[in-house]
Formats: sequence, structure tokens, C-alpha cells
Amino acid sequence: MADQLAIGSRRGLKPALPLLLPAYLWLTVAIFLPLSAMVFFSFMTDLPLAGKDWAFTLGNYAAFFSQGLYATLMLASLRLGLEVTLWCIVIGYPAAYVLAKVLKGRSREAIFLLVILPFWSNGLVRIFSWAMVLREGGILDTALNAVLPFKINIDLMYSYPAVIIGLVHSYVPYMVLTCYLTLQAIDDSLIEAGRSLGASRRQVLWRVIIPLSMPGLIAGAALIFVPVVGSFMEPRILGGRTGTFYGTVIEDQFVAVFNWPLGAALSFILLAVVLIILALAAPVLRRAG
Amino acid sequence: MRMPRLTAFLTATAVFVSAFTLAAQAAEEVHVLNWKGYGADEPWAVANFEKATGYKVVNDFFNSEQEMLTKIRTNPGLYDVVMINAAFNDQAMAGKLIQPIDVSKLSNYADIAKDKAGSPMLNHDGKVYGVPWVWGLTALAINDKSFDKPPTSIAEMWDPAHKGRVIIRDDAVEAVQFGALASGQNINDIKDMEAVKAKLTSLMPQIKTFWSSENDWNQMVASNQIDIGTYWSGSADRAKTHFKLPVSLVIPQEGSVAWLDAFSIPVDSKNVAGAEAFINYMIDPKFYVEWVTKVGAPVSANTKAVDALPEDAFNRKVMGSPDVAKRIQFQAPITDEQREKYLALWQELKVNVK
Repeated sequence: MADQLAIGSRRGLKPALPLLLPAYLWLTVAIFLPLSAMVFFSFMTDLPLAGKDWAFTLGNYAAFFSQGLYATLMLASLRLGLEVTLWCIVIGYPAAYVLAKVLKGRSREAIFLLVILPFWSNGLVRIFSWAMVLREGGILDTALNAVLPFKINIDLMYSYPAVIIGLVHSYVPYMVLTCYLTLQAIDDSLIEAGRSLGASRRQVLWRVIIPLSMPGLIAGAALIFVPVVGSFMEPRILGGRTGTFYGTVIEDQFVAVFNWPLGAALSFILLAVVLIILALAAPVLRRAG
Repeated sequence: MRMPRLTAFLTATAVFVSAFTLAAQAAEEVHVLNWKGYGADEPWAVANFEKATGYKVVNDFFNSEQEMLTKIRTNPGLYDVVMINAAFNDQAMAGKLIQPIDVSKLSNYADIAKDKAGSPMLNHDGKVYGVPWVWGLTALAINDKSFDKPPTSIAEMWDPAHKGRVIIRDDAVEAVQFGALASGQNINDIKDMEAVKAKLTSLMPQIKTFWSSENDWNQMVASNQIDIGTYWSGSADRAKTHFKLPVSLVIPQEGSVAWLDAFSIPVDSKNVAGAEAFINYMIDPKFYVEWVTKVGAPVSANTKAVDALPEDAFNRKVMGSPDVAKRIQFQAPITDEQREKYLALWQELKVNVK
């Protein structure tokens, strides 16, 4: 049986090669090589540019463990990732449900377009427009004060909530899209069967809909959690003095202080931490799914 | 075996890429690397220079001195003129990034103030590695709407009345030197780092956000979100003159950090003659007066250029006054160890506000 499978796959590989080659060649050139260069850099004392002396070292990795600030930032970034993912589920899942099960035809298309629309604009533009909305004397502040009879002062700019708002806005479409796909695939007759057998709406939701849409929820959560943990642009622009996260420190190493080796080492530690979290979460999530 | 092959591959890629950029680059272009909105990219100045010399100016920008050094290191041969703070000139020369300049080709060089031209930061082994362009201060600037009369002391930044309305630059060296001034120390010889740390720690809750470009600062004032903050003298002048913002420069009694900006020519420049012509144009009195009047600028290192300003011009009257000269401290080069120490302190401060 195993032999047969092996032969079958070997036979399948040869004709498939011309089809696979362009993609893998591109992956090798565009991702694997630069990434291996970065692994190489992360073990160096200095970059070998302009005739500088360099040697191999583990010091860049040791820096993470010897200085408490990197661990503190890592925890802060992981917390940020969890919070943003949670908010994306809270906001995105009901929207996906409505899109998949409630709306039909034209109205579904229109609402769907509204969800995807932010994807068409540049991320930086979106974040800067949030800056205009959130600041004191900004759009939100002015609008609320124009409507409300009493005076309130809204200045969310340069705070932790501002970072959360900006990131949730940027990533919620991923959650809507992945959940929409799995929710749409659920056969309506399963829901009807549950209802006709006496399950309440809530029971149907918990016992039928959520378990069946779990793959979409997990895919969305992973798609959001990973980039948010390493995010640097949103915290830097919206976070102000509280906007220092693991991602911004990595960016500083590359852009501001020209310490590529340390920046590369910090990136790979982040990668390792994220992989460990995903690996630990996998069995739990698989059982839930 | 594996390692040299990888290095060889990286080198090959670098050569390949630079060959490409080279082919795309016309011979008569002058590639300039400078801060954005800092004189060299003024459209009228570029047009005047291009008309007078026939060279074409291509501007590129950086947001920090380290980014500037990164750009020269990683793009050999791309830039012809680079603006380097004198305190970084040493590092650029030691890293073999810039070449000696033949100042006999620069007709305006003779008019540069002797103390600036002869600065040991720009001259190494009797050769000139940087042509002084302008100098200025990292002082305080205030939002005129928030003050009846300008403050005189640096302590204003710590005043609870300005809580959440203070801004400083996201730069470790600038922050630490500012802390040194606030704790009454010499910026180039900080003896008591603990005092600096204590000062900056107590400043953190006052801060609204960190700025990294002039644009950040000006927008904060335009939307009336800040009262006071550290700012560069030329930028404050530009905010007032060009952007008509309610900004005034304050040189506090505790003193200010002074810096000297100079032009250098990268080692692999493809157009040294064009670079020389551009630098000579940048230190020309005619360009300088126009820059100050139209846009606002720091103080020229060319004495004839400063003398060409009106008697009561800020850059001539205030910046040139002996009283100010006594209070300012010029930035000296910083070693890598110091820089790392400053950065560690700055990062710690930023993380602890969480």
C-alpha cells in the first residue's frame, strides 16, 4: 500500500515539474535566499560592509535573554496580538454569519464589497486617516460634541486603544473572509435538522455552526495573530509614547541604529515564539475543530 | 566552504544590482542625499542650479543619521553628495564611505568661517572630508498659542501644566544630551548618567508622542496638540516663515545642543565634478538668502552669506550674538560604545512607560 503510494507520487512528480518549477524557483530566489542571508547575519558581530571586521557570535541571541526589556516587549506584543485577534473575532464572525446565511443576492454583494473595500487602499493611508479621526479636535471629537448636549473630550490618539483600533480595522476583513467561506459551506439542512430535533437557536449555534466553521476561525486567527505580533507601523504612528513594541524595536535595529545582526536575531526569536505558540495551540484547536 | 560561496553570491547580487542602477543613471546626474525639506530639494534651488550648470539633481532622503550611513553603505556608487552632521563625519571617514574634497574647486569655500572650516571633526590628516554648510541648535520651540510670554528655562518641559503636551524627538543621542543639559552637565562629557536617567524618567509622563520628522512636529502644532518640545532652530524658523505656524524658538538659559551640518562626497561617486558644483552652490550667499527669505533656514557657515541677511534677521542678530554663543555646546563625535549605552537607556525609558 505504502509502496504503491510512493510509486504513484513519483510518477506524478515528473509531469508536474514544469508546473511547479516557476513557483518554487521564485520562492527560492525571493524568500529562501534573503531569509538565509538574514539567518547568517543574525550570527555575525557586524555586517561585512566597507571592510569591517566581523566574526561569528551567539551574542545577538544572548542579548534577548540578558536584557529584560526584550522579554517585556515580547509579552506586550503577544498581548496585543491576542487582543486584536479577539476583537476581530467579535466583530468579524457575526458579520461573516450575516453575509453567509442571512443576506442573499444583491445586498450580499454590496455588503461584501464594503468589507473588501479597505483592502484596495494603502495601509499607511488607512492608519493616517485614523490619526485624523482619533485625535483631540479630530473628526470623532468634533462630531460627538456637535451631537451630544454635554461637552466631552475625546482624545484617543497616541494611546494603546488607538493601536488596537487601527490594527483591528486593518485585519478584520481577513476574519470576515475566512469565516464567510466556512460558514457558507455549512449545509442549511443541518441547521434545519437541529432545529426540528428540538435544539434552541443558541444550541444550534454552539453545537453545529461554530464547530463546523472552526477551520475558518482558526485560519483567520492565525492570519491575524502572526502579523500583529510583529507589527510596527501602526504602533509607531498611533501609539505615541506607548507605541514601543517588539516590532518597532526590530525596525529600529534595521533603520535607526544599523544593527542588522541584532535585528535579524530578534526577528528569528519572534518567529520561533510564534511557531511554538501555533504548535502548542494546534492540538487544542484540532480537538475543538 | 559554504560560507565563502554565500558571500560570493551576495557580492554577485550586489554587483548585479548596482550595475543595473548604474546603467539606468545618466552620466550628468547629481544624486544628493539629505533630510527632506532641507534646502537641497527646494524646487527653485534645484531649477537654478540645473539652469546654471546643466547637471540634473536627483534627491533622496533619510530620517536619521544611521539611516543615512546605511544608505551610503548599501548603495555604493549611487550618491554624489551627502549631507553629514559633522559629529558623524569621523565615523563616515573611518568606514571609508567618503572621500577627501578638493576645496580649490569650490570658489565659496574661502568665505566659510575659519572655526567651522578648520573644525577637527571635518579635517583628517590635512584633508577636508566635509564642507561646512549650516549650523544650528537643538533647542526648544513653543506653540505661541499656549504661552503669554516665552519661557526661559528648560524646566518648563517638566511643568505639570504641560502634561501630555510635550514632544521630543525619538533619538537616543538627542534625548540623552537633552537630559544632560537639563541636569546641568556637559553634553560631550556626561559624568552622571543616573541624573540624566532620572531627569528623562520624570519627563516621560509629560510626553504626548515622539517626533521623527519636521512634518510630525508641524502637524502637532497645526492641530494644537502640543505646547512645547525640542526642535531644531532651522526647522522652527521654517515652521514660522514658510508654514505660517505659531512657533517660536527658545534658547533656554541652561544652554542648547549645537550641531554643524556639512556636505561630503561618497567614495564611489560617479560625478565628482557635479558634486563639487552642487556643494559650491549650496554654500553660495545668493542661495542662502533666498532660502532664508522664502523658506527659513539654519545659520550659514559662510560668513558672507550671513552678512547678506538683513541686520535684524534672527539668524544674524540672535544666533550671531555673543550671549548665545556662550550658552551653546557643539556636539562632538560619539563612540559606538557611548551610542549603544545611550540607546539602551532610551529603549529602557520607552519600555517603562508601558
